[in-house]
Amino acid sequence: MSNIPEGLYYTAEHEWVSEPAVDGTVRVGITDFAQDALGDVVYVQMPEEGTGVTGSDVIGEVESTKSVSDIYAPVSGQVVARNEALDDDPSLINSDPYGEGWLLEIKVSDPSVVQDLLSSADYSQQVG
Amino acid sequence: MSEQSRHTALHTQHEAHGASFTDFGGWQMPLKYRSELQEHHTVRKAAGLFDLSHMGEVLVTGPEAGEFLNYALVSNLAVIAVGKAKYSLICTPEGGVIDDLITYRLAEDSFLVVPNASNAGVVAEELRVRAKGFDVAVEDQSEATALIAVQGPTAEAVLLDLARPEDADTIRGLKYYAAVELELAGLPVLLARTGYTGEDGFEIFIGSGFAVRLWDEALRAGSAHGLLPCGLAARDSLRLEAGMPLYGHELGLGTNPFEAGLGPVVSTKKADDFVGRSVLEPLKAVEPARRLVGLRAVGRRSARAGYDVVVDGTRVGSVTSGLPSPTLGYPVALAYVASEYSDPGTQVQVDLRGRPEPFTVIATPFYRREKPAGSAQ
Repeated sequence: MSNIPEGLYYTAEHEWVSEPAVDGTVRVGITDFAQDALGDVVYVQMPEEGTGVTGSDVIGEVESTKSVSDIYAPVSGQVVARNEALDDDPSLINSDPYGEGWLLEIKVSDPSVVQDLLSSADYSQQVG
Repeated sequence: MSEQSRHTALHTQHEAHGASFTDFGGWQMPLKYRSELQEHHTVRKAAGLFDLSHMGEVLVTGPEAGEFLNYALVSNLAVIAVGKAKYSLICTPEGGVIDDLITYRLAEDSFLVVPNASNAGVVAEELRVRAKGFDVAVEDQSEATALIAVQGPTAEAVLLDLARPEDADTIRGLKYYAAVELELAGLPVLLARTGYTGEDGFEIFIGSGFAVRLWDEALRAGSAHGLLPCGLAARDSLRLEAGMPLYGHELGLGTNPFEAGLGPVVSTKKADDFVGRSVLEPLKAVEPARRLVGLRAVGRRSARAGYDVVVDGTRVGSVTSGLPSPTLGYPVALAYVASEYSDPGTQVQVDLRGRPEPFTVIATPFYRREKPAGSAQ
């Protein structure tokens, strides 16, 4: 059974999005289900800070020895932080996908769209 | 084809070890137990234990067994010594590769042919058809036979702990591509010094009914030598680093042996006619239109099977396997490219999902182990 914490939002592309902060910034990562399916992550490519991203566009990728997965922008906005720790240790995505293995922080143009993403219950149903 | 995939004799062992499974060649096989990267590094540094029971085993016996295999396969099997093995191919009359396989000579008139899992049935059937007119018996023993591999620098030490003391010298002296019948953990096995990882190692053929006991004993003996059970994910990354072809990727009905770099496997010196000879023999003298080459990424993104190889915006080939090499730390791939681009050092690009990235053609294997001085191999 994969871990799907409550209090986060989810996408059909197996990403999670945190509750927006007061300034509209959300943290984004891939789910436990996604990291398990992908296998040991050895390389992550992500947009630089300041990059503008549009919801559901491909903005990066996560690679294991077995396969590669695209990273999609779950929402539109601007990248305000990327997890630099992943450059040295991409396996944080496997060991702590909702914590130290986060990918990006995005300042969301319209924070209300986050409410349209999947709840933990919706996402649980999707991954069975 | 919604056929239920099959379980090996070791399935319960794999479940108990927490394996995640994948369907491979019609079998439910362990993909990994915990971490495929850890399993990969364990085989390079210590030893890995693999269940390869999905592979086929076809026994060919009879006074004309050698002659028959010389007709059915492309290599000269009739000349190999008892106790030795040979890598070969079974081809169609048109020269396409039905499978790559290892053949062990067990006795003067007895050979064990080991095809890939997905081709085991096809190869057994094809051998039966080709046996017409030869004084041989062809028996598919895949169901009754399990295959367990111990691969890595400490593999020999693991084997010595499983063997009777009086067999120790035999095991130490066993050469690469040689096999011997002896006992391990008190069970009768055929022990071969072969593998698919680029390391020293052994493959152990054993009756399915004994597989669980040998597996458990190997894990127990291996604990002192850093041995871990390893899945097919590690097997694939290990074989790719070693530059070894995988049927369905580098080899297939649409591939001929010469473009795959397997020309030396095709014996045109043997007097016997063999299936595919009339097509293959003329190909030996000419430059193939495409060649299987190694690629190394300049950047950090990996090429994957099916991606296009591109030069100046024109497609010149296709990637057959590729991944970020765990041992080397950079992405490597195998690809068929037009022969004019096959020289080491040639710069090409691979279209990585719409973005072309630079790759360099390099010689294979990508990884070669350091052999200790005085090694038996």
